[in-house]
Amino acid sequence: MKISDFKQLDGFYLDVLREVGNIGAGNAATALAKLMKKKVIMDVPNVKIMEFKEVSELMESAEKLVIGVLIKILGDLPGYILFIMEYKTARLLVDIIMEIAQNPEVASGEFSELEISAIKEVGNIVAGSYLSALSTLTGLKVQTSIPSIAIDMAGAILSVPAIEFGKVCDTVLYIETKFSEGTTNIKGDFILIPALESYEIIMKALGVGN
Amino acid sequence: MDNTIKVGMAELSALNHPGVLVTIGLGSCVGIALYDREKKVIGLAHAMLPSSLQIKNNTNTNKGKFADTAILELLDEMIRLGASRKNIIAKLAGGAQMFTFNDSSDIIRIGERNVIAAKEKLRELNIEIISEDTGGNYGRTIEFYSDDGRLVVKTLGLGTKEI
Repeated sequence: MKISDFKQLDGFYLDVLREVGNIGAGNAATALAKLMKKKVIMDVPNVKIMEFKEVSELMESAEKLVIGVLIKILGDLPGYILFIMEYKTARLLVDIIMEIAQNPEVASGEFSELEISAIKEVGNIVAGSYLSALSTLTGLKVQTSIPSIAIDMAGAILSVPAIEFGKVCDTVLYIETKFSEGTTNIKGDFILIPALESYEIIMKALGVGN
Repeated sequence: MDNTIKVGMAELSALNHPGVLVTIGLGSCVGIALYDREKKVIGLAHAMLPSSLQIKNNTNTNKGKFADTAILELLDEMIRLGASRKNIIAKLAGGAQMFTFNDSSDIIRIGERNVIAAKEKLRELNIEIISEDTGGNYGRTIEFYSDDGRLVVKTLGLGTKEI
């Protein structure tokens, strides 16, 4: 099956991805709870398909300051996974992890090198949770690279996955993940970007298509 | 100015004076701004990939997606609005490398390749590039004004410039 538009994908494939999201979110919540030493609750993820022109508005405004953690997927299923969250969300997350008192003045400040490492680690954990869910469901082996981080305009960061999707189709598929610790809600978005050859591999492993 | 049009990823747009064409959060994509100084017709394309010819599985006909086809389509659109080919000049922005890995993966170099492809196509069409703000590792918001063809480039943290 050649993919030119995710709208052509049948419900089964999307259901599988949603299930990957569910299992992945569960795994991620457990891992984050360990890191944060707190109870973390994860909502059922939302799987969405977007047009290119909608992509840059994913974080409300294309100019919004966001943090993106890009991880390369190696092994049977080459591709990339991007974890993206608002700058202030990342600030909250880091404060919880590092147990810094939540001071609104500090909250607008820049991240230290140690804090950047913490954000990369969160990206790693959450991305790893999704990938291990995908790996379990498909029986494929995947490894991940060291994460790369970018702090910039949402539109600019989202152009990276959009371009990769652009090579194959005219839409972008993403998974929205919300997690909360106590009264703090933290929202992160996930974009799984399979390499061209990976679509067929996923389909075959799932017994979809021919 | 009231007549402001947003140009999203893989889109292109042209207009007659007065008006502004805007792209918010340009990353590795390339913004191609064309201007007819006499007729004051402006056009802006937001291309994601270098060439329509290099893509496998290219079953779609989204011309705005590729630098080569976007330029041709934008020229046609501007000529329809009364621009003359010989008056048209170009400005380029974008083509950043947002992420860094320890190897030269394709995903990393795409911004640079987009800029090269846009330049090649413009050279082939004999359209002069009078200024550019490309490369780097940061996002840009660009505003293209019909009154004098100025292209305002804004960044988060690195200020604003006019090219």
